[in-house]
Amino acid sequence: MFDDLRDLYQEVILDHGKNPRNFGKPDQFNRHARGDNPMCGDKIAVYLLLGADGRVEDLRFDGRGCAISQASASLMTEILKGKTQAEAEALFGHFHEMCTKDDHEHTDHGRLDEEAVEKLQVLSGVREFPMRVKCATLAWHTMNAALHGDEKTSTE
Amino acid sequence: MSATAPLIPSNAPYDVERVRQDFPILTRLVHEKPGRPGKHLVYLDSAASAQKPRQVIDAMRDFLEQDYSNVHRGVHFLSQRSTDAYEAVRDKVAAFLNAPSRENIVFTRNATEAFNLVAQSFGRAFFQPGDEVVVSAMEHHANMVPWQMLRTQLGIVLKWIPVLDDGSLDMDAYEALLGPKVKLVAVTHASNVLGTVNPAKEIARLAHARGIPVIFDGSQAAVHMPVDVQAIDADFYVMTGHKLYGPTGIGVLYGKKDLLDRMPPWQGGGDMIQTVTFDETTFREAPYRFEAGTPPIMEGIGLGAAIDYVNSLGMGAVRDHENRLLAYATERLSAIDGLRIIGTAPGKAAIVSFVLEGVHPHDIGTFVDRAGVAIRVGRHCAEPLMDRFDVGATARASFGLYNTEAEADALADAVKAVKEFFG
Repeated sequence: MFDDLRDLYQEVILDHGKNPRNFGKPDQFNRHARGDNPMCGDKIAVYLLLGADGRVEDLRFDGRGCAISQASASLMTEILKGKTQAEAEALFGHFHEMCTKDDHEHTDHGRLDEEAVEKLQVLSGVREFPMRVKCATLAWHTMNAALHGDEKTSTE
Repeated sequence: MSATAPLIPSNAPYDVERVRQDFPILTRLVHEKPGRPGKHLVYLDSAASAQKPRQVIDAMRDFLEQDYSNVHRGVHFLSQRSTDAYEAVRDKVAAFLNAPSRENIVFTRNATEAFNLVAQSFGRAFFQPGDEVVVSAMEHHANMVPWQMLRTQLGIVLKWIPVLDDGSLDMDAYEALLGPKVKLVAVTHASNVLGTVNPAKEIARLAHARGIPVIFDGSQAAVHMPVDVQAIDADFYVMTGHKLYGPTGIGVLYGKKDLLDRMPPWQGGGDMIQTVTFDETTFREAPYRFEAGTPPIMEGIGLGAAIDYVNSLGMGAVRDHENRLLAYATERLSAIDGLRIIGTAPGKAAIVSFVLEGVHPHDIGTFVDRAGVAIRVGRHCAEPLMDRFDVGATARASFGLYNTEAEADALADAVKAVKEFFG
């Protein structure tokens, strides 16, 4: 019945959706933001510990949402740990385009961590589901807001 | 035969297959791709917006092709035709709700606008800072946010009627809230999330005993059952066209005459002050003074056709059909391991909200959609109610006059398959 949903709901996504990594509010953080997708009811909070050298020392999240949004948040926390703010922003730009645009329309985000890009590829299936793009990007928007000191963000 | 006479004798069995033939969209396939056959549409989202029968589509097209013109402001042939047709709908709506008169019926753009009208006209004219409005916790945002805005504007206080675990209204708490400062009660007749049909008559009786008027949200109730505003003794009653198998862009505010007569206009513009074909003073009276600007004319014609259509089936027969479906769907869904229905009050309307252990409603929505089943997932414009039941969102199947038991099966089978997919 659901064969063509396998592209969107790959095993990695189901796994991260069910067992999100870096889940729960940490004791120590210096940036945070809340994200809200009013349409579907997803709510997320992202907690960042930004080191003196501008690198993401720790990144965790909590909240609730669909498998796509939870998996995306979980993968994001794994990928961005250790990245500089500029690297995190560049990956956000890449990820956003991956979810919304065809490959040939992508802009140049400079040199990206290839391993991270490959890992994110698992979420590229949302491009075929315009109603679900916001599920995948909510955590990233929230992370970006936290980086820039905005404590509230919304994908609507 | 008059337009409102039942086409089917009341003792005839409800022929849903014949009803379905009136809805062109129900025959379409969805998710069709080259090399892959589409799925039959199973439309279980009528509580968000209902599909339209050919009779409504034809009435609107015929009107545009034959009779269209602006209303209330011309002496020419078409202007008269349009005005007569549009104003005849006011009579149909009045009869549909059993209002005493056509003068009780105000046309709005939707239900939301009707609530804003009452808040900004009635509320602003008669509420003082510190006055209270009692609102139920199961309201759609349409019957919540206008009162919150009025709270900001006037300094009124909102009191919330709690909802019990089965989704019914806490009537003891309601009665206790009816203190001396309460100026209005705002409650839904039927919940768009829980399906709960609230005891409207009792709600009004308790409020009236203290001299408090009541506004009911009939957006859901008026499509699921016969409504009699006089039997309920509603002071205001709101409904919308697009959930009643009519077009978007038109809603209705029923108001008691003495209340409407005391209320000032809330929007200014043409039509409320001047016409050529009718006496000017008539238009300054309610309900016309609440209808500023060119009204939703074509939409009104569509609403009239929709009322004729549901009357031809009989709202009692529609209710009975939907109740059978509700019982069947509830039984099928309840049998699914890990599925919890939110809203189990007795006497519900045909709306089933549910959550599934381990699977988010949004994922359920995407999966069942691939099986052709259209349901609503999310907060249903009732965020505080989601918090009350400690769910971020629910999946909601809502049944209309064209749905079948086979469609309830399709939903239950798809949900079971989702459950298996996610393990």
